Amino acid sequence: MSRPLPASLPEISSQPVPPPYPTGGGRFGPGMVVRIKRGRAPGHVRTPWYLRGKRGRVERLCGDFANPESLAYHGNGLPAQPLYRVRFTMAELWGDEAERPSDTLDVEIYEHWLEADDAA
Amino acid sequence: MPHDHPDHHHGEHDHGMSPSGHPYRADDDHPLSHWQCMEIAVRELIVEKGIASESEITRQIARMDERNPAVGAGVVARAWTDPDFKTRLLADGSAACTEIGVQVETLKLVVVENTEDVHNVVVCTLCSCYPRWLLGLPPDWYKSRAYRSRTVKEPRKVLAEFGVELPEHVQVRVHDSTADMRYLVLPARPAGTAGWSAEQLAGLVGRDAMIGTGLPDTPTLTPA
Repeated sequence: MSRPLPASLPEISSQPVPPPYPTGGGRFGPGMVVRIKRGRAPGHVRTPWYLRGKRGRVERLCGDFANPESLAYHGNGLPAQPLYRVRFTMAELWGDEAERPSDTLDVEIYEHWLEADDAA
Repeated sequence: MPHDHPDHHHGEHDHGMSPSGHPYRADDDHPLSHWQCMEIAVRELIVEKGIASESEITRQIARMDERNPAVGAGVVARAWTDPDFKTRLLADGSAACTEIGVQVETLKLVVVENTEDVHNVVVCTLCSCYPRWLLGLPPDWYKSRAYRSRTVKEPRKVLAEFGVELPEHVQVRVHDSTADMRYLVLPARPAGTAGWSAEQLAGLVGRDAMIGTGLPDTPTLTPA
């Protein structure tokens, strides 16, 4: 797959949005490029399959929230995970099949599903 | 039984048709599904253990059924008529709703604004996350595999099927509601509504306009 790097990343407002809900601070900040971890995990995972391995930008840190992968099985959800709104371009998600490559998708992802991507 | 009149001939009932000429609807005499059994079992346990009574459960279901898109339309109309409220609503949807007496309980509401350049549409690919406190129960299509899978891949085709044609320059922003936030679209205020009251404006805002699969109605009547 060859695609120009800049075109596959969305634009984020130059004015960072403060986290709307309480947080102890996360690893990533608005505008940073992140990649959704690849791979499978059993259980109540809130990271949609079609995003695995895809690169986007952090739009904002939403706050810290109990981990649903623990909550769903009577766990206490702790430690709470920073939750991010991550933005992707349709070009990144669907490649040549994208309906309109520059359209975007926002999705909430917990920090333990994100890794830093230094390619951009 | 409004159709059981004594002067009807019995023979008319024997061909699967009511006396008024409509077929009888089949009784739902099928076995319970796994999840129906599970629901009954859990509900009975909740009552047995004294966690909630049957009447409390019934009341809670009634409360859920009472929520409807008019609640969300009131929030949208308020935002259209009160710029300071709109600023607060976009910054923290839950707090702004609480401020005007709209109950959101634990809902973490995120309001996303349609502008001249951006059109927002909400989907939950994993299940059926939906701002129920403001819109009531989601429509069946919102939970369908077709809507959930297509909206993230070909949102413009989906929107077109709902009758939403966007100007060429408008960017589509899809929100896949996966986690703790619930999304409500703040549509653009229709032209020709200058001077309208919040109550009049709310009448233009339907459910789909707040999911992003529709637009507000355009005014046809000059308000009195």
